[in-house]
Amino acid sequence: MTAEATPTAAEEPTLVGPLPGVEVEREFTVKARTQGELVRRRFFRHRAAMIGLVVLLGVILLSVTSIGIGPVPGWWNQDYLATGSSVDGGRPTLDLTPEVVDGQREFIGPHPFGQENTGRDYFAMTMRGTQQSLFIAFSVGLISVLLGTLVGAIAGYFGGLLGNVLMRITDLVITLPLIVVASVVSFRFGGAGVGALALVLGLLVWTQLARLMRGEVLSLREKEFVEAARAMGAGPWRIIGRHILPNVVGTILVSGTLWTSSAILLETALSFLGVGVRAPDISLGSLISDYQAAFQTRPWLFWWPGLFIILIALSINFIGDGLRDAFDPRQNRVRA
Amino acid sequence: MRRLLISVGLLLASTVIMYGLVTISGDPLQDLYEDQSPNKQAKIDQRIQILELDKPVPQRYLSWAGGAAKCLVPGLSCDLGQSRTGQDVTALLGDAISSTLALVSASVVLAIVLGVSVGIVSALRQYSAFDYTLTFAAFLFFSLPVFWVAVLLKQYAAIQLNDWLADPVVSTLVVAVLAGLSGLIWASIIGGDRRQRLLVFAAAAIATIATLSYLSAVRWFAQPALGPAAVIAVSLAVGLVVTLLGSGIRRRGVLYASVASAGLVGIVGTAASGWIETNASWTVLAALAIAAAAVAAAIGYALGGMDRIPAIRSAVLSALLAGGVVFLDLLLRAFPSYKDAVNGRVVATIGERTPNFTGTFWEVQIDLATHLVLPTAALILISFATYTRFTRASMLEVLNADYVRTARSKGLTERTVVVNHAFRNALIPVATLAAIDFGSVLGGAVITETVFGRKGLGSLLIDSVRNVDPNPVMGCYIVLAVSIVVFNMLADITYAYLDPRIRLS
Repeated sequence: MTAEATPTAAEEPTLVGPLPGVEVEREFTVKARTQGELVRRRFFRHRAAMIGLVVLLGVILLSVTSIGIGPVPGWWNQDYLATGSSVDGGRPTLDLTPEVVDGQREFIGPHPFGQENTGRDYFAMTMRGTQQSLFIAFSVGLISVLLGTLVGAIAGYFGGLLGNVLMRITDLVITLPLIVVASVVSFRFGGAGVGALALVLGLLVWTQLARLMRGEVLSLREKEFVEAARAMGAGPWRIIGRHILPNVVGTILVSGTLWTSSAILLETALSFLGVGVRAPDISLGSLISDYQAAFQTRPWLFWWPGLFIILIALSINFIGDGLRDAFDPRQNRVRA
Repeated sequence: MRRLLISVGLLLASTVIMYGLVTISGDPLQDLYEDQSPNKQAKIDQRIQILELDKPVPQRYLSWAGGAAKCLVPGLSCDLGQSRTGQDVTALLGDAISSTLALVSASVVLAIVLGVSVGIVSALRQYSAFDYTLTFAAFLFFSLPVFWVAVLLKQYAAIQLNDWLADPVVSTLVVAVLAGLSGLIWASIIGGDRRQRLLVFAAAAIATIATLSYLSAVRWFAQPALGPAAVIAVSLAVGLVVTLLGSGIRRRGVLYASVASAGLVGIVGTAASGWIETNASWTVLAALAIAAAAVAAAIGYALGGMDRIPAIRSAVLSALLAGGVVFLDLLLRAFPSYKDAVNGRVVATIGERTPNFTGTFWEVQIDLATHLVLPTAALILISFATYTRFTRASMLEVLNADYVRTARSKGLTERTVVVNHAFRNALIPVATLAAIDFGSVLGGAVITETVFGRKGLGSLLIDSVRNVDPNPVMGCYIVLAVSIVVFNMLADITYAYLDPRIRLS
């Protein structure tokens, strides 16, 4: 680009060598961005991921504030355990169709999601189920990420006998069928609640990430920058923490997100089979399982929890997709 | 070999863990303690004897493992112990495996065929409306809970489809919606400029309207059958399409061989349909298929000319597919009588066959198929999403590769580039996925079987775990674990076969 260029072109940042006069100043106004900033920008520009994030935050906010957590009360006036008299056959009172369509004002009513057979408020129950399912999903995601990263990094970096033993343990855990282990735990320690279930699932699903991590670490530890760090006297933990982990944080985050979304489906499936969350506690899966027989008479008991499962899983999946695109933009805009 | 040894060792270790887990999960006598009948003690004693509860757990495990080890030695009969009611686990497993296999294989095959083809189109039309819709659909399917879909299918698909089949008239609204949909789909698949899109849309919509109106007017859905003319026509078309996709219409030898063998199968199948209908059994059908393949190979050899190998391949494939068409026609012929036999409730929601149903070979096959429809659909939804996403990603990666650019710059046709250069290479990772996916489909089968009341491996497993009945659990587990190990090995072998850069060590 030369000095004769059009005025608009002169305003564009240019990377061509030092040009005379004012151009030089403009050259340095190109903002330098770190890798993290680039990733963040790509993520926040991913429309589907942003919608997913908003929906997920909305669901979390709704479920937490409406019935509150533990002793802290929420703004919703009914309890998920309190039975009551059934109004209008327990039909949902929620009416979101605009006034011009059906002549009635939009209306939330005393039981927006309806009531179940014993008159319990289904909105409160769904919110409670959402809380439990989300809690399990996030705990499973967290536990599996921590364990998987740790095992994979150690096995990959140190290799040798330790690495072999760790990978064989991983293989062993992979062979255990989730359903059997979960049901055994549920029958034996049925009263232990959602925490136990989350722990068990987390202790079983870290294996994929461990394998993935080991592969990445194996190739990273041969890289020159690791060699350089070692030459400067860095210990193995410092190398893993400061030099290797930042390079695999994308893999970890993406895989953790995707596992969180599978965990929510897994938990609901287990609860549906009767080996996950059990009465009197509630999860979205157990709600569907409990009320599938009532489908003919009270279909809303079946629709609401299903809708929330899909909302949560879908938004987490989209967030994961956005993260993957942000960390690894190679799959975008292919085909010349 | 070393890997095999390691896997055997792993399997052994995990059986120990599993056995321990099942035994600590509860008391196998629990339900008998609450029993009120007078012979309670006798029942307890009997179960203690069957399950060898008087012996310590390690000894029980060893005796189980000893029995299981006999399965590996040829000549000895397999002994996987007895369930708590005294049934032989091997017998239980036999029934369960055949049920699960029917379900899983049907859905895996359909999911692969559908998922891979849709994924390829999606990649070829990247950033089109079709691509975006499918991407969203795939994410939606990923996020659907299987059991929820299964219950919905049971409630809506089955009941409404049956109601509709009682008086199968396609309403104008449905015709309009389907025509619009097919128009949109074809227009976005074929692409091109606006004029071409509009043309394609109109053509597809009109074709759909015509077909549906005709089928509805002649009450085809009440008595579906293809008829001899349609069978032969479809067979010829199969031969043509196989050639078109496989090696291109320009290679005359291949084209003639495929169309000839497909047409031959269609004509012979139609002519002999009466004989096949009465004498059908799986052995007869298998023999016919082998015969058709052999004849097709001979035709391919004779007509192939320069392209002998592709001609034989294409001819055999066409002949088998045409045989499938003939089979479908025979199956459909038995449909009306089957419908009468089950009082018009054709699509079943429970079990794997109508209880006490007897009929001809074809009616029994339809009965099995109608019981498979819904659970298969539920299973397909999930793996379909995985296959489309995976194929799309792998195809995009390949289409961007240097050798595809080289092929294009050599002036090869788009078909050659896509099928011979891109598709084959994109298929390599998909093949491994197929093997691994098999395991997860088995997991999904547990839930599907529960909802649809099929007595497969999954429901056997979950029921036995509930009843603290270790031997059936271990039996199911062994079957699942062995099949997963086998499929992983198959994946490695396919991988090495498809990609010669990889060596099996």
